[in-house]
Amino acid sequence: MGPLVPDIIGNDLNLILALVIGVFFGMILEQAGFSTSKKLVGLFYGYDFTVLRVFFTAGIVAMIGVMIMEHYGLIDINLVYINPTYAWSAVIGGLIMGLGFVVGGFCPGTSVCAAAIGKIDAMIFIGGSFLGVLFFAEGYPLFEDLYKSSFFGNPRFFETLGISQNMFAFVMVVVALAAFWFVSIIENRVNGVRQKVIQFTPYYISLASIGLMIALSAFMFPERKTMLENLVENPGVISSYEIKTMSVDEFAYRLMDPDNKMQVIDFRSPEAYFKFNLPKSTLFSIDNLFEKEPNRVLSVRHKINVIVADDELTEKKLAIMAKEVGYDRVWILKGGLNDFKESILGFKQLYEPRTKQEADLFRFRNKASKEIPLLIQQNKSAGPVKKIQKRVVGGC
Amino acid sequence: MEEKNYMNPYLAGALLGLLLLATIYMTGRGLGASGAIKSFTVATVETLTPSHAEGTKFYEEYAQEHSGNPLKSWLVFEVTGVLIGAFLSGLISNRLALSMEFGPRSTTRIRIAGALIGGVLWGLGSQLGRGCTSGAALSGMAVMSTGGIITMFAIFAGAYLFAYLFRKFWI
Repeated sequence: MGPLVPDIIGNDLNLILALVIGVFFGMILEQAGFSTSKKLVGLFYGYDFTVLRVFFTAGIVAMIGVMIMEHYGLIDINLVYINPTYAWSAVIGGLIMGLGFVVGGFCPGTSVCAAAIGKIDAMIFIGGSFLGVLFFAEGYPLFEDLYKSSFFGNPRFFETLGISQNMFAFVMVVVALAAFWFVSIIENRVNGVRQKVIQFTPYYISLASIGLMIALSAFMFPERKTMLENLVENPGVISSYEIKTMSVDEFAYRLMDPDNKMQVIDFRSPEAYFKFNLPKSTLFSIDNLFEKEPNRVLSVRHKINVIVADDELTEKKLAIMAKEVGYDRVWILKGGLNDFKESILGFKQLYEPRTKQEADLFRFRNKASKEIPLLIQQNKSAGPVKKIQKRVVGGC
Repeated sequence: MEEKNYMNPYLAGALLGLLLLATIYMTGRGLGASGAIKSFTVATVETLTPSHAEGTKFYEEYAQEHSGNPLKSWLVFEVTGVLIGAFLSGLISNRLALSMEFGPRSTTRIRIAGALIGGVLWGLGSQLGRGCTSGAALSGMAVMSTGGIITMFAIFAGAYLFAYLFRKFWI
């Protein structure tokens, strides 16, 4: 599961990778024409909208791509750098940068590109931006209040708007397509040409249909968690899904067994968990299923995971989600913890055993009802899954 | 030899989008540019006047957030790559030349002043906005970050707002 840094790609290799990524970045920007400020500012005077076309195409391709990776569990978005939101600082900083765009004719990335092919103005621009950072650094006490005010954490825009992720993506793609069409009209008018904006050539038709497919694909990839939560509300799915079930007696036996082949994955609330937790157990939340770190707990070799909750139905729903996410060796406890507490921990022999099997069962439960509470007392629980990994630090 | 044409913008955009996606998948972060300038500024100040850097809040906060040499940062390597990549691209397409660009009503002197002041504004603005067009706007849009998208709209709004005043620079 991505991101591959730092587990698969080490920190030093990451720097080499940065260099390689940069080479491609520079090549694409230069080939697109971002090394000339006449083309760059054309966007603001209406004669050349190349920048808008490249920028929005790149933005929506990457955005939909991130959605698809999230959907298939290829990336743990909790580890990806999401730019923090400091609303006023972002607005004022953005306006200053916008002014800098029309005055200077570049932005930092494009100025590096342009300087690389010998644009003297770009080299001066880079010198200027160096001074700008220095100015900010030296005048930091002046800016600090603004810089750190109106902090809203690291929300994502669809959360801020209160709409679904796919709806937001769809709207963004449609807005981008409309913008591509609209700016072509402006471009023609400003440049005094009468090129048809929409031409039904194979090229335009395929371009438009790719755009449309991207827009519609936003709906094919709803957030995985929401999708699975809806799936397990379907009674048909629950009854037809096969999940291995463990009886309370086997569960009790394995709890007392010094052999550590079973892990208890406890999905109750943290409050309930800290009040009463079983040996060999780990507290889990639904969110944990979709994160990279807990993966290690659930995919330990040669161990089986027993999902426990208060009742069996909840356990089954969670087990289906875990299986769909891709965890095998998932069991559930028959009757849930409620039954376990009643039949094992609170075992009362109500009548004389009628058969030998019943006699054995009663003897076992009697023993378990005494031993397991002791184990619970001795148990220093591992607690919730520890999140060792932090978000990648990124940004500028 | 003649200069080659630029790439189709939609193709370039799609390639850039895929590169950004691969970057996010591999490294968990997006592309950037202004951060490298910041690292460079901090490194310069720390080298020239170490005592000043130690006593000033901005550099102290930077040192807390980033361990090690400021030049050994991801963005510095990435931007070095951009220089190489753009140079190669210019070489292939015959666009390598020492030159300057400005509108017919502008002059070299105005262009130099504009580039310098524009750069200063970007240096300052990208600190407040926590990123520039690459780090905040483009990468922010890819991960749908609220902060990044606000910065993106503000950059374009600012540029359109002031475009008329500086039209003589360009057209």
